[in-house]
Amino acid sequence: MDKTSTATIKPLYPFSAIVGQAEMKAAFLIAAVDPSIGGVLAFGDRGTGKSTAVRSLAALLPPIESRPGCPYNCDPARGAPDVACSACAAGNPPEPALRPTPVVDLPLGATEDRVVGALDLERALVKGEKAFQPGLLARAHRGFLYIDEVNLLEDHLIDVLLDAAASGENVVEREGLSLRHPCRFVLVGSGNPEEGELRPQLLDRFGLSVTVRTPAAVAERIEVVRRRDAFERDPEAFCAAWAEEDAATAARIVAARALVREVATPDAALEAIARLCVALGADGLRGELTCMRAARAAAALEGRVAIDLEDVRRAAGPALSHRLRRDPLDEAGSEARVARAVAEVLGGAEGAPTRG
Amino acid sequence: MSPAPDAAAEARWRDAEAAAALLAVDPVGLGGVWLRARVGPTRALWVETARRLWGGPVRRLPATIGAERLLGALDLAATLREGAPRFSRGFLAECDGALAIAPMAERLEPGAVGPIAAALDRGSAPGAEGSVAPARFGLIALDEGEAGAGEEGERLAPALSERLGLWVALSECPVRSQAEWAARPVWSADQVRDARARLASVAVSAEALSALIEGAARLGADGARTDLFALRAARASAALGGREAISAEDLALAGRLTIGPRATRLPEQEDRLEQEDGSEEEAAPEETPPDAPPPDASSDDAGQAETEPHEVDAMADAVIEAAAARLPEGLLQGLSEIARSRSSAPAGASGARRAGRGRGRAVGAVPGRPGDGARLDLLATLRAAVPWRMLRGGGAAASGAGRGRLPVRMDDLRIVRTEQKAETVIVFAVDASGSTALNRLGEAKGAVELLLAESYARRDQVALVCFRGARAELALPPTRSLTRAKRLLSGLPGGGGTPLASGVDLARAVAEQARRAGRTPTLVVLTDGQANVARSGLGGRVEAMEDALSAARATAATGLKALVIDASPRIRPGAPAEALAAAMGARYLPLPRAEARAVTAAVRALD
Repeated sequence: MDKTSTATIKPLYPFSAIVGQAEMKAAFLIAAVDPSIGGVLAFGDRGTGKSTAVRSLAALLPPIESRPGCPYNCDPARGAPDVACSACAAGNPPEPALRPTPVVDLPLGATEDRVVGALDLERALVKGEKAFQPGLLARAHRGFLYIDEVNLLEDHLIDVLLDAAASGENVVEREGLSLRHPCRFVLVGSGNPEEGELRPQLLDRFGLSVTVRTPAAVAERIEVVRRRDAFERDPEAFCAAWAEEDAATAARIVAARALVREVATPDAALEAIARLCVALGADGLRGELTCMRAARAAAALEGRVAIDLEDVRRAAGPALSHRLRRDPLDEAGSEARVARAVAEVLGGAEGAPTRG
Repeated sequence: MSPAPDAAAEARWRDAEAAAALLAVDPVGLGGVWLRARVGPTRALWVETARRLWGGPVRRLPATIGAERLLGALDLAATLREGAPRFSRGFLAECDGALAIAPMAERLEPGAVGPIAAALDRGSAPGAEGSVAPARFGLIALDEGEAGAGEEGERLAPALSERLGLWVALSECPVRSQAEWAARPVWSADQVRDARARLASVAVSAEALSALIEGAARLGADGARTDLFALRAARASAALGGREAISAEDLALAGRLTIGPRATRLPEQEDRLEQEDGSEEEAAPEETPPDAPPPDASSDDAGQAETEPHEVDAMADAVIEAAAARLPEGLLQGLSEIARSRSSAPAGASGARRAGRGRGRAVGAVPGRPGDGARLDLLATLRAAVPWRMLRGGGAAASGAGRGRLPVRMDDLRIVRTEQKAETVIVFAVDASGSTALNRLGEAKGAVELLLAESYARRDQVALVCFRGARAELALPPTRSLTRAKRLLSGLPGGGGTPLASGVDLARAVAEQARRAGRTPTLVVLTDGQANVARSGLGGRVEAMEDALSAARATAATGLKALVIDASPRIRPGAPAEALAAAMGARYLPLPRAEARAVTAAVRALD
């Protein structure tokens, strides 16, 4: 029942046309290749294009197949639907059609009802039927869920989102309803650390984290404004100019998705990752798993079938900098610590071999 | 009325008028205007000018609006009446193509700020059933809040203010001059209409763009949106003036309206600012570039210049000079204060006050109308309606259309009552005077940082009040952010007299504000009790001690949980800090060698 059609309102800014922000774009690409990594947390100043990047990325991904009128984005290829989706389970379900990857915004001030779903009021009051009205989690299935200002979100909402993201399933037990539906999505959160700390449990669930900063170089800022202005003046022409690069990126992602399961992880890489995590004192084993998956996705994006140390070096920052145990009296920021540890374990200069 | 201030006041008014004109030319591109002004004839005149120049539909956005009204939702009354679902159209969708005026905008709830900000960004608003409706409008946010270190949160939410292109601060002008200026308006609605038609064809030269961006970068006005707004403002100004390309005048106006108010630091070359007397100037920057010393500015920070570096730098300097006329008040006095007030927590005191509604766990149902955060409890509603079924003509006994239905009236509606766990705010009042040795301050800072590091689990907030010299100040407003605390605490100075009474008063005020925001405050005073500065700021041990005791008694009257930590080098019975604790109804803790972890443990033991 999702009639979202952003194309009629305004075409989206092309992903490849985003100036700079290489780390953020790389992290989004990795998360899109392998959603099991657990999404991206983008810390940073406002107005740095985080929300634009997520939408643009979703727009360039290949469209997904779903039946029109299905509110749960059920995958027709999986045979019987996992949930009592009235549209898909009907005797004569509509033909599957292609639609763009869904991107759902979690607005500031969202209530649990809107997120989890609730009793369908209209049908209950008017027809006297008990039916479930799916919430944002159902709409985000097989897509992206973007949370702005994630550190200001209320606690009970965070708990609900964590459970859903971790288990890939939304269990609803309220107001006389009892059902569950799948919700596998890439969670992208943005926030400004100056406005409040995130609990470590929540931080840990995010796979990757990046810090996004306003470009300092005037030339870069000029280019940002120039491109944005050109886009506003003539959106179609601008998108057409960047369409080729966007298509190339989309092809890379599709190829990487197919390749990522085959990428080999040599022992040297595993050892390096483990030593990194020990050196940094990262809590739990999620750090290692995420680093390994991110390195694999990075290798797959470049078409390689085995991880090399460059991949580990690049994946270490985003995968680990938010998992370090915070010592409040330590002045060094977490990024600096990760960079130091990487230089120690993997060797400072490029091409330097691992020790041991 | 001496001539000089009058000319300055008129210049400011003309700028504000220009802002209204620019908004009327390109409301969607500029986002809107953030007008900081007190309610009065000047503000009313400005709003009237804006309406007149716009000439199109205007909608009023009340401060109490909620997300449901903004986005549209099931209209219960109509649905019940007609027996079929009726949806109300969202306010944002109704604003499409109009100008929205929001009085008391600083009191908008976070639940309302989100959808409005999203609509300003995307030009569309989600409607009922997943549809998307166009919502392109310009927003005039009338902000009456007072700025200042103590009144944290009485400003427009940053999520909104950064999406409004033009920032204008209006002060009250004498009525007579106002009437004069109003009688000679600079812009007319016809000019605005012509400008709208010309807008798309205004050319933007690379030098103009570089000048604007460099000006913004040097003044620390960061954010990609700032650059875009400055560009659009300059373009709209050129269109208004009938010009085909952006001129220096347009750049200066854009600098004054978009870049200057967002500045966070002074530009490197201070001597350029001192060229004009004071900081007021008219829009005639063409004279200044030849006077300016050769641009050695091209070598500092990121002086990237285009084809003709000298010209671009001169234009950038012109932009900076114009912007300097509209720097935020107090930038020259306290840069850190500005940074604090700009990055304040988005949930203002008023917003958090309403936080109780609709947030938190559900506990039971009460009669009421759903909407704006209050959720309908369907089962309780139906249970309330069932006993009246037969009387109202529904049920099995009815005939025709009423058969089998359950008639529901507005009185039957029940909403969910929510409860949220109260958060604690720990307000530290630290004696930073010379009488307590310097290492006490270090210990207090360490204790605050440790508490913050641990407070994430309990969702506590920590605030820090410092008193020394002749007064007390709020060094760290209530925050949960370790990053912010570290940054602010690192630069805290010590030394001077001990204004104990002022410190306790300010700490009590902060605690009261936290209480109003729905949190539970706790007060911790770290001092040696040797007060020697009274409330008035004058010295004198006797008055100072009397004032301190009276402040303590006032604190006790509010029922605040408190702890007094005695930091005197030698503890004697009958110490002044003990008397203070007794007057405050607080626990007394002697700590001759106050140490960060011991202080932390003592505070934890309070609860």
